[in-house]
Amino acid sequence: MAVFQSLGHYFLFVWVVFSKPQQWRRFWKQWLYEVNSLGINSLPIIAIISMFIGAALTIQTAYNIDSPFIPLYAVGLATRDSIILEFSPTIISLILAGKVGSSIASELGTMRVTEQIDALEIMGVNSGSFLVLPKIIAALFINPFLVIISMFIGITGGWIFGVLAGVVSTTEFVYGLQSFFQPFYITYALIKTVVFAFLITSISSYFGYYAQGGALEVGSSSTKAVVYSSIFVLVLNYLLTQVLLS
Amino acid sequence: MIDIQHISKSFDGRVILDDISLVFEEGKTNLVIGSSGSGKTVLMKCLVSLYQVDQGQILYDGRDFTESSEEEKREIRKDFGMVFQGGALFDSQTVAENVAFPLEMFSVMQPAEMRDRVDFCLNRVNLSSAHDLYPSQISGGMKKRVAIARAIALNPKYLFCDEPNSGLDPKTSIVIDNLIQEITEEFNITTVINTHDMNSVLEIGQKIIYLNKGKKWWEGDKNSILETDNAEVNDFVYASELFKRIRRASHS
Ligand SMILES: Nc1ncnc2c1ncn2[C@@H]1O[C@H](COP(=O)(O)OP(=O)(O)OP(=O)(O)O)[C@@H](O)[C@H]1O
Ligand SMILES: [Mg+2]
Repeated sequence: MAVFQSLGHYFLFVWVVFSKPQQWRRFWKQWLYEVNSLGINSLPIIAIISMFIGAALTIQTAYNIDSPFIPLYAVGLATRDSIILEFSPTIISLILAGKVGSSIASELGTMRVTEQIDALEIMGVNSGSFLVLPKIIAALFINPFLVIISMFIGITGGWIFGVLAGVVSTTEFVYGLQSFFQPFYITYALIKTVVFAFLITSISSYFGYYAQGGALEVGSSSTKAVVYSSIFVLVLNYLLTQVLLS
Repeated sequence: MIDIQHISKSFDGRVILDDISLVFEEGKTNLVIGSSGSGKTVLMKCLVSLYQVDQGQILYDGRDFTESSEEEKREIRKDFGMVFQGGALFDSQTVAENVAFPLEMFSVMQPAEMRDRVDFCLNRVNLSSAHDLYPSQISGGMKKRVAIARAIALNPKYLFCDEPNSGLDPKTSIVIDNLIQEITEEFNITTVINTHDMNSVLEIGQKIIYLNKGKKWWEGDKNSILETDNAEVNDFVYASELFKRIRRASHS
């Protein structure tokens, strides 16, 4: 029962958040700030992780293809598809759930327990919409770029480290990249990314916004934000895969 | 004018406010006094609907606030200014940005006009020099004063101050008290102030409500409070050595 109650409460929260901003100039200012803080600031970690996962994927695939019947260019192909389909949209979103989710929840939680949210409400500001909408819209906008960058770096990493490790040649890898390419995979990845971006920002905001008590509770709401965002990203990943790829 | 009719509020079965009715008058500094934990903050938060009352009505110049929708509440709240007990400044913004915030959200002022207004408000609380500092870089008393500047930025019709001068030195306290009384009279604001500072009570107590055990225990003003024979009010007023001595002096 409590689960459904929380779920209802969450949907109500989202409904309030999606009301028209009271002050558009302020909204865009905040949006730009969030694009930078939630998106651009995550670039370094995304680049590093993508590079090394791409490398590991390539080398593992190459070692696993032991059969003379499978051509070596399959390494490029397999790396490409795993990165586009699963690694970049899902794993990067999970990493963002940790990084962005905890920062959103602790920011809003702190504002809640120090009465800053009450202060907004008293002024006549719709605090939910004012604080959360720019974050959600910013993530919906910037996360697809992050994921495309991650794909690019992941594949490049696989290629460079694969060649350095001597498991595949540039010609084979690039030939593999170009074979059997399905543009829909990119669409599929971006659909997932956008859904995950929404889940991460809205769930984390929910836990932060309704934090209660003091610093300790802000910490635990931030933990909950990360746990629940991650779980819902994984569940939705499964559901979307079923729906979109079957 | 704020008209409060029979409001009650409990938390988990613990009654904090018990059937309170009173009127806060326009153009006056209305003080709510009472010992720590007597429910002053809860009463104020019920007034502005941060807490829902269990029963009763709150009328803002005839507009029923308790029955209003979120949308209507937001409209009425644009006439509010509030100073929280803890300041509640936005810590991601500088002092000047904090004061400018309500202006940016709800006024049609041009940037230059806004800057003037911010300077004016900060001047009135003696804080022109703190302009570009962040809340984490200023003292507790300064935060209080910034909160006051922010609350008066938009010329509110109703001003709520939860212990505006706790944490301030006696001199600044008087400056703040006088400032609040001045703007209250000048702009005909309905001002509600929670305090347990006897100086403020005697300085600006144009109307005084004494809360005790969840009830409105006593009502009067700064003159009648010194003469009342209500035992609890006397306990409160003459708690400090200074006031005891004054009473002894005046009786001898
Ligand atoms: N959110 C809440 N949940 C439960 N109890 C609360 C809540 N807020 C206040 N109380 C209780 O209500 C009572 C009155 O608290 P309140 O903060 O109004 O006191 P106060 O008169 O403002 O005191 P002070 O002068 O110390 O600020 C206290 O006993 C407190 O425990
Ligand atoms: Mg209080």
